[in-house]
Amino acid sequence: MSALGGGGGALRNASTALAISSTESFAGTPSCHTKRVRRPPGSFYWLHAVTPAPPLDTTTLKQLVFVSDYAESMIPPEIGPPKSSSQSPRSPSGAPFLSISVTDPVKLGNGVQAYISYRVITKTNLPEFQGPEKIVIRRYSDFVWLHDKLADKYKGIFIPPLPEKSAVEKFRFSAEFIEMRRQALDIFVNRIASHPELKQSEDLKTFLEEDEEAMERIRSFETGIFKKPADLLQMFKDVQTKVTDVVLGKEKPVEETDPEYEKLKHYIFGLEDHLTETQKQAVRLVKRHRELGQSLSEFGKAIKLLGACEGDSLGKVFAELGSKSELLSIKLQKEAHNLLMNFEEPLKDYVRCVQSIKDSFSHRANAFRLHCELTETTKLKEINLEKLNLMRSDKTREAEIEYRELKAESEEATRRFETIIKRMNEEIVRFQEQKTAEMGLAFHLFAKGQAKLANDIADAWRSVLTKIEAYSLSSGHD
Amino acid sequence: MMGPEIASGFDSPPEREEMESLALSDASASAYRSAMSSIPASISASSDGDPLLAPPPTLHFPISSSASGHGGNPATSTASSFLDPPSYADVVFSPFDSHNGHGGCGSGADNGSLLRSDSSPRSARAAKSDYIKISVSNPHKEQETANSLVPGGGTYFTYLITTRMRAGFAANGDGESEPVEFGVRRRFRDVVTLSDRLAEAYRGFFIPPRPDKSVVESQVLQKNEFVEQRRSALEKYLWRLAEHPVIGKSDEFRVFLQAKGKLPLPTTTDVASRMLDGAVRLPKQLFGEGAAAQVVPQEVVQPAKGGRDLLRIFKELKQAVTNEWGGVKPLLVEEDKEFLEKKEKMQDLEQQLSSASQQAEVLVNAQQSIGETMGEIGLAFIKLTKFETEEAVYSSQRIRAADTKNVATAAVKASRLYRELNAQTVKHLDTLHEHLGLMLAVNSAFSERTSALLTVQTLMSDLATLNTRVDKLEAASSKIFGGDRSRLHKIEELRETIRVTEDAKGCAIREYERIKENNRNELNRLDQERKDDFLSMLKGFVINQVAYSEKLANVWATVAEDTSNYVRGNS
Repeated sequence: MSALGGGGGALRNASTALAISSTESFAGTPSCHTKRVRRPPGSFYWLHAVTPAPPLDTTTLKQLVFVSDYAESMIPPEIGPPKSSSQSPRSPSGAPFLSISVTDPVKLGNGVQAYISYRVITKTNLPEFQGPEKIVIRRYSDFVWLHDKLADKYKGIFIPPLPEKSAVEKFRFSAEFIEMRRQALDIFVNRIASHPELKQSEDLKTFLEEDEEAMERIRSFETGIFKKPADLLQMFKDVQTKVTDVVLGKEKPVEETDPEYEKLKHYIFGLEDHLTETQKQAVRLVKRHRELGQSLSEFGKAIKLLGACEGDSLGKVFAELGSKSELLSIKLQKEAHNLLMNFEEPLKDYVRCVQSIKDSFSHRANAFRLHCELTETTKLKEINLEKLNLMRSDKTREAEIEYRELKAESEEATRRFETIIKRMNEEIVRFQEQKTAEMGLAFHLFAKGQAKLANDIADAWRSVLTKIEAYSLSSGHD
Repeated sequence: MMGPEIASGFDSPPEREEMESLALSDASASAYRSAMSSIPASISASSDGDPLLAPPPTLHFPISSSASGHGGNPATSTASSFLDPPSYADVVFSPFDSHNGHGGCGSGADNGSLLRSDSSPRSARAAKSDYIKISVSNPHKEQETANSLVPGGGTYFTYLITTRMRAGFAANGDGESEPVEFGVRRRFRDVVTLSDRLAEAYRGFFIPPRPDKSVVESQVLQKNEFVEQRRSALEKYLWRLAEHPVIGKSDEFRVFLQAKGKLPLPTTTDVASRMLDGAVRLPKQLFGEGAAAQVVPQEVVQPAKGGRDLLRIFKELKQAVTNEWGGVKPLLVEEDKEFLEKKEKMQDLEQQLSSASQQAEVLVNAQQSIGETMGEIGLAFIKLTKFETEEAVYSSQRIRAADTKNVATAAVKASRLYRELNAQTVKHLDTLHEHLGLMLAVNSAFSERTSALLTVQTLMSDLATLNTRVDKLEAASSKIFGGDRSRLHKIEELRETIRVTEDAKGCAIREYERIKENNRNELNRLDQERKDDFLSMLKGFVINQVAYSEKLANVWATVAEDTSNYVRGNS
């Protein structure tokens, strides 16, 4: 695979971002087109020196390196080097860029508290960042923090999804799971970094630039004092509105009835069903490849032994068939892995994206409800105020202040609601375009892998066929 | 006394193990068989319903010339395209084209699969047999004429067995040189009779094992399914018999296939009545020629197991026990080193065959599942395409839908290719299973040899006992001058018995030698056959894999090409 540059990142194509890949760090991830930092071999853990954690089994990780095709191509074009305006990726000073790579997963801690930490490398020429390159250590929960912050602040934007919280305990530290998660996290931050709005977020900057202690402080401050009450407050509000809804006889909370929005919702829910089913089949296809590989290897062994009974040159033909079976078994396992990373994982990511769209539906519903309620109350207040005006009551002044405040609040709510609508309308276009590109790539890699596998199989058996022909000629069959 | 006991304690277990492994391999064999027969169900089922495959209306169907051989007539070649999936014919196969014509792998030999619906790649051997066609068809339900005690158990199926013999082999004796076709109706019980007769008459031969009675299956399976399974099993069985150089030419087999009406071979009487009768004469007289040189005291040349002679059973059992436990060296032991080596080899082979056959089954199942899952992926993508097309708002969605459709189509195609490949794989790897089945025949031929040896041993120790008694009596009578009348009479009697026993011993030894000879010939034949079969199997398997893999590669390469614009840097 092309990303396997063996430490000497070959330029895949002048117009694409360079993949810096060094086998020992399996950084087959999108890095950018500026200066290519070549870490000296052996410097793998220099940042992690704090904890002398045992490195992950490098041999198992090494074989995972080749999967990065998908991840590498996931960087949306806008953060890649400018396509036509500047053909020199090595002199990026002109075009602004921000590229992040999540690399070097290392297991830290022991037992229940064990976790994986990642090195997050940022390369940029954006003036708001501290420098052209910054490296920080982050763990999964830091990514969750970033996600939640953005989800809170940028309602209406489809926040790039995170990989699932945890797999079955048994697989939590398996090389494959770690690599899949690393890839997914890499895609996650790069999607944020390439998003026109999200990339300007302060939280992203915090995430990319603060040192580990500061990061820890910010997170504990928020979870301890700030975040939880906010959550509670929101919960109270939700319960409250529900109760009032029931009391006031509003069986259903107010909902938007925009037909286009209805259609979108219908589409997203349907899409989720279809994708879930497809992804399930993809998981099975991966499993089937493994099973076929397994059975081919067993078959190969049995055939070899059977051939040994025949002894003579026919036995050799059997042995040849047996060893090719075993060889193909390995190819099948590889293709299974390729499928997992480049086909099944994108499909899963697709499902996650759809789920993140569903999150924004609920944000939109909340905003809409607030907007309606406030408009309603403002109207009431206005009528009240007019009444008071007519009566020339003393309370007029007080009521007017109250009305003004409420009106401002209402306008704010409306604005927020409208922002959400606007954002979603933009986002859905982005989503569709992005997914067309991503699925196209996944399809391509799927087809390429299958074609390669089939060709390998054909080649392997063809070579056995020549042996068989030779044998039947020599033994005078015919 | 401990010594021999320990020694024999070491001796006896292998036999038991052998039994167990036999039982095991039998079970696995039938499982494999059912897996094998269930997978290409579509193929065998189609061969049943296909009008082209039904026997021609005229039973005596002359073929224009003997040169036309297998695939000569046009009906055959058109029909073969029905049977075989569009396999290698349309695959570009230039480097190997020249070799396609033999070993049952090329298209030419494929035509043979019309005649042998199981079509394992053995047409080369089939060509040597007297038969150019054996088909079992038209299962028909019939009512038992004799009232059965079990209510509802009074029905059975008969099958039409149609055979066409090679020119010059027909048994009508008038020197007619054109191939002749026969059609008879037989029920499963007749097949059992045939196989029993063959087992009696051809001791020491590797007689292909007959399909199981499978009482359970007949109750569990759907009637049609069961009948179809049995039909194809019978057809396979008859082909195997026909291909056997000796059995295929035997009178028993010929009578079974050609005699009109009820099967003239007498049904084997059950054990109890055999016990009462003491002995059952061979049906040789039926054919009026006494083909094989049967020797006079027929009981000795038959194994005692069948229960012909209670006394003999006990005697031989005693001999067997003496052999095993007594630590006394029997008067005649198996000394054929070459045979013993060969036997061990065969046991090893059986074990490897059994595991290879099991693995082949696993492989075939895995291949089947990957095809099925590929099909399901395709289906899921088709649904997704439909959904996206219906809901499309943006052009990017339509593009995606088109891409998805491409992949869906490819996946469905791939699924079909996998399935076709698998049907072919089943066909080829079935050779493993067939040979595993033959190992049963080998084992029973070997045990015939052992039991013949046991008969010889029993007779020899009988003789020894008799001689001792005579010696004793003579010694005793010699002490009395002039002799003891009664003793002399006794000695005379004993001498008579000894003479008869000597005769019997002579027969038994001849029979034993005959079986040994048969064993040897059969082993050589089987070795050669197995080599041929395995070669064809490997070749067929590999050619199929290559052909279908190439097709799969093409399908996916097209999709990869169509989607290559999504790879960054390629646009």
